Amino acid sequence: MSDIEHRTPAAPAPLDWEYAPAPEARDIVSFRERYGLYIGGEVVEPRSGEWFTTSSPADESPLAEVAQAGGEDVDLAVGAARAAYADGWSSLRPAERAKYLFRIARILQERARELAVAESLDGGKPIKESRDVDLPLAAAHFFYHAGWADKLEYAFPSRTPRPLGVAAQIIPWNFPLLMLAWKVAPALACGNTVVLKPAETTPLTALMFADVCRQAELPAGVVNIVTGDGSTGAELVRHDGIDKLAFTGSTDVGKAIQRELAGRGIPITLELGGKAANIVFDDCALDQAVEGIVNGIYFNQGHVCCAGSRLLVQESIAEPLIGKLKRRLQTLRVGDPLDKNTDVGAINSRAQLDKIRELVASGEADGAEIYQPPCVLPERGYWFAPTVFTNVAQSSRIATEEIFGPVLSVLTFRTPDEAVEKANNTPYGLSAGVWTEKGSRILWMASRLRAGVVWANTFNRFDPASPFGGYKESGFGREGGRHGLEAYLRFDE
Amino acid sequence: MDGTATLTRGFELPLEPRLPRIGAVDAVALEARAADLAKRSIKRESKLAALDLIVRMTDLTTLEGADTPGKVAALCQKAVRPDPVDPTVPSVAAVCVYPNLVPVARERLGPDRSVRIASVATAFPSGQSPIDVKLADVRAAVEMGADEVDMVIDRGAFLSGRYAKVYDEIVRVKEAAGPAHLKVILETGELGTYDNVRRASLLAMAAGADFIKTSTGKVSPAATLPVTLCMLEAIRDVEAETGRAVGMKPAGGIRHAKLAVQYLCVLHETLGREWLTPERFRFGASSLVNDVLMQIRKQKTGVYQSPDHFTVD
Amino acid sequence: MSRLPVRKTYKLYIGGAFPRSESGRTYEAEGQNVARASRKDARDAVRAARAAVAKWSGATAYNRGQVLYRMAEMMETRAADLAAVCSGEGEVERSIDRVVWYAGWADKLAQVLGGANPVAGPYFNFTIPEPTGVVAIVAPPEPALEGLVSRLLPALVGGNTAVVAASREHPLAAVELAEAVATSDMPAGVVNILTGDPAEIAPILAGHMDVNALDLTGAADGSAPELERLAADSVKRVVRGTATGQSVWEIEPLVEAKTVWHPIGV
Repeated sequence: MSDIEHRTPAAPAPLDWEYAPAPEARDIVSFRERYGLYIGGEVVEPRSGEWFTTSSPADESPLAEVAQAGGEDVDLAVGAARAAYADGWSSLRPAERAKYLFRIARILQERARELAVAESLDGGKPIKESRDVDLPLAAAHFFYHAGWADKLEYAFPSRTPRPLGVAAQIIPWNFPLLMLAWKVAPALACGNTVVLKPAETTPLTALMFADVCRQAELPAGVVNIVTGDGSTGAELVRHDGIDKLAFTGSTDVGKAIQRELAGRGIPITLELGGKAANIVFDDCALDQAVEGIVNGIYFNQGHVCCAGSRLLVQESIAEPLIGKLKRRLQTLRVGDPLDKNTDVGAINSRAQLDKIRELVASGEADGAEIYQPPCVLPERGYWFAPTVFTNVAQSSRIATEEIFGPVLSVLTFRTPDEAVEKANNTPYGLSAGVWTEKGSRILWMASRLRAGVVWANTFNRFDPASPFGGYKESGFGREGGRHGLEAYLRFDE
Repeated sequence: MDGTATLTRGFELPLEPRLPRIGAVDAVALEARAADLAKRSIKRESKLAALDLIVRMTDLTTLEGADTPGKVAALCQKAVRPDPVDPTVPSVAAVCVYPNLVPVARERLGPDRSVRIASVATAFPSGQSPIDVKLADVRAAVEMGADEVDMVIDRGAFLSGRYAKVYDEIVRVKEAAGPAHLKVILETGELGTYDNVRRASLLAMAAGADFIKTSTGKVSPAATLPVTLCMLEAIRDVEAETGRAVGMKPAGGIRHAKLAVQYLCVLHETLGREWLTPERFRFGASSLVNDVLMQIRKQKTGVYQSPDHFTVD
Repeated sequence: MSRLPVRKTYKLYIGGAFPRSESGRTYEAEGQNVARASRKDARDAVRAARAAVAKWSGATAYNRGQVLYRMAEMMETRAADLAAVCSGEGEVERSIDRVVWYAGWADKLAQVLGGANPVAGPYFNFTIPEPTGVVAIVAPPEPALEGLVSRLLPALVGGNTAVVAASREHPLAAVELAEAVATSDMPAGVVNILTGDPAEIAPILAGHMDVNALDLTGAADGSAPELERLAADSVKRVVRGTATGQSVWEIEPLVEAKTVWHPIGV
């Protein structure tokens, strides 16, 4: 006999399984109303007298005013970099140089949350990414390169490495602080000084980096930051006081820069666009391949030069894979970049949004089949739903042109040879993905793919120790690893 | 036993030697996906409902050599009314005990019980006994009143490639269990790879499991988020192919409400809202309930709680 | 009335803790009673070092580099204390900078000591440096701090764990260093320090079958041949290096080269 009272089970409350808005605290960062240029260790007003506003792409709200550097400002910055170079940075004991970079790395770790929030506000990427990817990698880049500063002779046996001088660096808006780290860390480690031009739509974390330099007590003029639009970059490229140019951005601008620098004898590194093939074989680990495809094109809203924007799926597995992919898209959360549950954030600018829309329209006009999961997009701000196109022709614009948005084009192949042929059939050559459980095939594919980075059974993996850069019109030169140091050195024989 | 076997439920499964060639799982990506899902945070308003659900999904368990009628009686009391102070806290799904204690549970819970009685069987936890002994174990448990049977697969047979034996035993246990609902314990902590977990999951489902379960709780590691994700993905594939929904039970090592909520996030994103029910998902746990009660009270009062206020039964 | 200071007790450092010698012995050095390690302490230290190998060698190189950098951070804070137990500020600064230098190698070693090998055949072949395991170090008596650091860091940065037989005359620097290590996020057991008489401890370590390498840079004159003979019983790697310099080639003898082959085929 039971003496435990009977309980009629109450009808369970309907479980409203909604993810909370889980906002990262915005007040950890407070922007100044106005940011001057960072030149010679000081924050200064632009001689141009011009300013512009940087806004949040998630809701178009203004964040701060930043300076529009003109020719005179660029000249001052290059001069400050030159003075700092001659005045001691290049002759500083390398072990001491290293310690400045270690300091910067540690400060980035200490202020990581503040910078991550700033990055998400200014650029639109989900806080989950800026917190878990951009900031840790940026700190890691400084930490890694700090260690090379006093070990360069080991990186280039039998050569005598020396710095180049003043490095002019122009970076894009998709990973603002991380791209700054990729450029500044090796340049400084190798003994150069820097004039950096951040992207027009994402200047804030670079300007906050100026404050990091102050906290690290970096000597004045070693790092200079000139904000502005494309014209500022052009002034910098044209300046005859630079000893090196490094550019990450679109292939079109990269070509323009290469033309501009023709005949000037200045070493250049270019990291440009891509239209990477993500190649899936029928013997892949299927659910994990789906995750890799999703990460490959929807990570950072597809604003990634090495994005896996073409899915090349083996025909024998195409149907189940695409089914799983579409199902997976339904659980992607598009929304407020500061919400910790957000997977896909805002498109970086109106201009970029227009470009994505135009290309997507062309895909539909070409007869490709479009799929977008049901998505409630906010009214203000720049948003685009994750998109998959099937029935895509190899020659279609959505299969050949870089969209730089959350849009995947799916094509099929039958054999490894065909996959290689299709993957390589592009003027780009930045990255590629290979999904198969067969080791020998991974290596066979890797040896034939004309791409600077091959990811096997993974995608979008970055590390300061791992060289990154492209073949063909995706650019030349490598960033990261021992190979990446070369860009910032000369070797007198 | 010949190499092929057909399934009663329409899911073709190639056995030895082809089983090792199906179902590759990439461990790095699986674990990364599970970790990512664990970072989700659910609405404050949903949290209470989630905690309520966790209680309703719990198979409150005691599986010790030292179990006595007194211990199991107390367990049953707690199962029906986990929080004597808060009557809105629901009963758990089931109690889970050794066969000898099933009669005690039946007496305490009564014939109209809403709390099910699950019994382990088949020479739990090792499974290293002849099949006849294991079947007798199952029949005895059911005869004594078990509503559910949690069996173990023969890991020795699985790891030495004798998949037909593993399959055959599950089929026969299912038969012996009669009307009782069958959970098949894979003991994922002994299987070594996620590939094996996926294969064992598919094998168990093919043989007629109503639920697949991670662990006996006697081996470490017991349940983990990645292993659960792996099993849920196998369940998803079987459902897509055959329409049959097999339930899942992670057991062992789930002591905190926060972790249990993460399991629910993994479940929700892999299989969808219809799976958020004790009919399809259970937690095999003992101390979890008290932590959930503490969290429920914290949600209701706004104040962090002390374990002193929750009875240890 | 002037204040009576609370004096430090100088103990061993084993498994992340500071135990006294199980033998209860101490000896007087540099005006202090210092623990005098026994063979059983040495046994415990090797056990702790072995237990720590999996975690330390399994950490990412980046993580190891950060932990070693933090060791430098902790040394910097204790610079005055360290200077008091060695030749002075100059030696302390050199030692801290040495730690920073080696810390920066952690995530570069594989790039300089390893690489892809172009074998004749359709195989992908690569070599990577891996830790040898537990390294026993006979600490150089001079310089008291810099010598120890110059031998310890090459072992650690390669992913190894260490058991140090500290200098008999100058053990305090080793204990101060242990305190810096203990506050640096270094996992327990990665560094173990046995103060006492190396003449007693070194042979135990040299003959211990679960020690992979033996650093004899600090071995007393005449003691090396016997230690090398003992080392032969388990084919230990026996190394000697600099007590005052730094080079990647100090790291290299304490790592193993592992080469992997895999076919390349469709």
